[in-house]
Amino acid sequence: MLAKGKTWKYGDNVDTDVIIPARYLNTPDAKELAKHCMEDIDTSFASKVQEGEIMIAGKNFGCGSSREHAPLAIKTCGIACVIAASFARIFYRNALNIALPILECPEAAEAIKAGDEVEVDFDTGKIIDKTSGATFEAEPFPPFMQDLIKAGGLASYMKGL
Amino acid sequence: MAMTMTQKILAAHAGKTEVHAGELIMAKLDLVLGNDITTPVAIGEFPKFGRETVFHKDKIALVPDHFTPNKDIKAATQCKCMREFARAHEIKNYFEVGHDCGVEHALLPEKGLVTAGDLVIGADSHTCTYGALGAFSTGIGSTDMASGMAMGQTWFKVPSAIKVVLKGAPKKYVGGKDVILHLIGKIGVDGARYESLEFTGDGVAALSMDDRFTIANMAIEAGAKNGIFPVDDKCREYLKAHGAKEPVVYAADEDAEYRKTIEIDLASLKPTVAFPHLPENTHTIDEIDEIKIDQVVIGSCTNGRISDLAIAAEVMKGKKVPESVRCIVIPATQKIWLEAMEKGYLKIFAEAGCVVSTPTCGPCLGGYMGILAKGEKAVTTTNRNFVGRMGHVESEIYLASPAVAAESAIQGRIAAPSDK
Repeated sequence: MLAKGKTWKYGDNVDTDVIIPARYLNTPDAKELAKHCMEDIDTSFASKVQEGEIMIAGKNFGCGSSREHAPLAIKTCGIACVIAASFARIFYRNALNIALPILECPEAAEAIKAGDEVEVDFDTGKIIDKTSGATFEAEPFPPFMQDLIKAGGLASYMKGL
Repeated sequence: MAMTMTQKILAAHAGKTEVHAGELIMAKLDLVLGNDITTPVAIGEFPKFGRETVFHKDKIALVPDHFTPNKDIKAATQCKCMREFARAHEIKNYFEVGHDCGVEHALLPEKGLVTAGDLVIGADSHTCTYGALGAFSTGIGSTDMASGMAMGQTWFKVPSAIKVVLKGAPKKYVGGKDVILHLIGKIGVDGARYESLEFTGDGVAALSMDDRFTIANMAIEAGAKNGIFPVDDKCREYLKAHGAKEPVVYAADEDAEYRKTIEIDLASLKPTVAFPHLPENTHTIDEIDEIKIDQVVIGSCTNGRISDLAIAAEVMKGKKVPESVRCIVIPATQKIWLEAMEKGYLKIFAEAGCVVSTPTCGPCLGGYMGILAKGEKAVTTTNRNFVGRMGHVESEIYLASPAVAAESAIQGRIAAPSDK
């Protein structure tokens, strides 16, 4: 599985309240949620993000509330993959459960700049910054989590048990 | 192999004699919780699991508390969706507004729905609150909630743990909130990421159950998967008084492995405040210069219990909130509201110039009932002070105990009551 696209870059401790502010949680409609994604720290993101682009962030990405609306909004915006130095645990499992590809790689998270063209291979964990020429290796997922992603999320996986 | 308290509960629910940190397991659930924001998404996912009925009608709790009483048409639609699902599946523990309802993490223990040794998941990050009862409980998302409702099980990565040894007893006007803010200030908002916080030590006995709920509630603010307390007589009495099932008591092995141990001398703690925009930005009250405030909120799943209101009432009795401050008091459940009325607390608050609300999560997450404008500052007993959490992105939230929030409301600036 491959992703290739321009990056959007954010800092440490990006919380779910800024990924999708609670004032918009009066609907479960993913398309509505996507319109307000990242709005409290980046008013331009939701209107400018293109299908297949990649989000880069620092440590503890997705901390705070358990709202699955957060990875759902990011996925529905068209983001193909989130690369962070680390993820908060509820966001991490929510992303896997809804099959939003995520990779933990502190080196890539630090080195890749906003707007760089990046290529990601989920099977190998290899990340290439086409703009700078740098390559990075993310820790591959354990087999269970790879199965979860390949199944397309938790529902399909559990149904197949 | 030696195990932590958390690992023992997970092993028992996975049908294993032992588990180790990092292991991925499937575990059976004793209770699955959702609220009016997270449940509609779970209801959307539920049919994808291929089951027509829920795994157990008595082991699901649905609590409309976040945007209730319904704040707008969309919120009303979400509540209706949850209500109809509860009726269709004959879910016993659906709690309607005004009918013994309340903020979920205050409500479930009060209704005796969680006991020691249980494994609980909730589509709300503060589900970790029930660790105060010696249960493993953790926040998850809506798809996990759907999985839980359909299958009665979901996957877990067995966590490693940090041991927090509490010693001595806190001074007057220092409570659970100060303990947990102190700890988060020490280890950071990701200091316990993916780990258990296991509280132990002689200081546990000095903490009320309400203090323990507050501490376990904010384990997530240090990134923890769960926070858990040993089961002592105080806990057993609480469980019995609230009609919970017979507790199943697990205790950590003496040689259980902890990634690190942190000691906290409760007697040395001072009233502690977390500054914007992270719960780790803590300052003790003596380090704080004059910060004038516009609003105070006393309530939430963190600090909306009866002992929280008792402290706030003690501080505010016979005093007046200046007109420069709006003080909003929110008893966390209908039962707490009634008890606060019977004990005269609501009268004290109203006479002091506070507004007393029905139970709701409203202002804590910037939902409604106390939204902040640009540049406004609030002292609140809630749990998060992220950018825009309570309103405008340029508003500021200071997290504190009910004692500090009440005194701040009276003084119009961040302050703690004198313990003399």
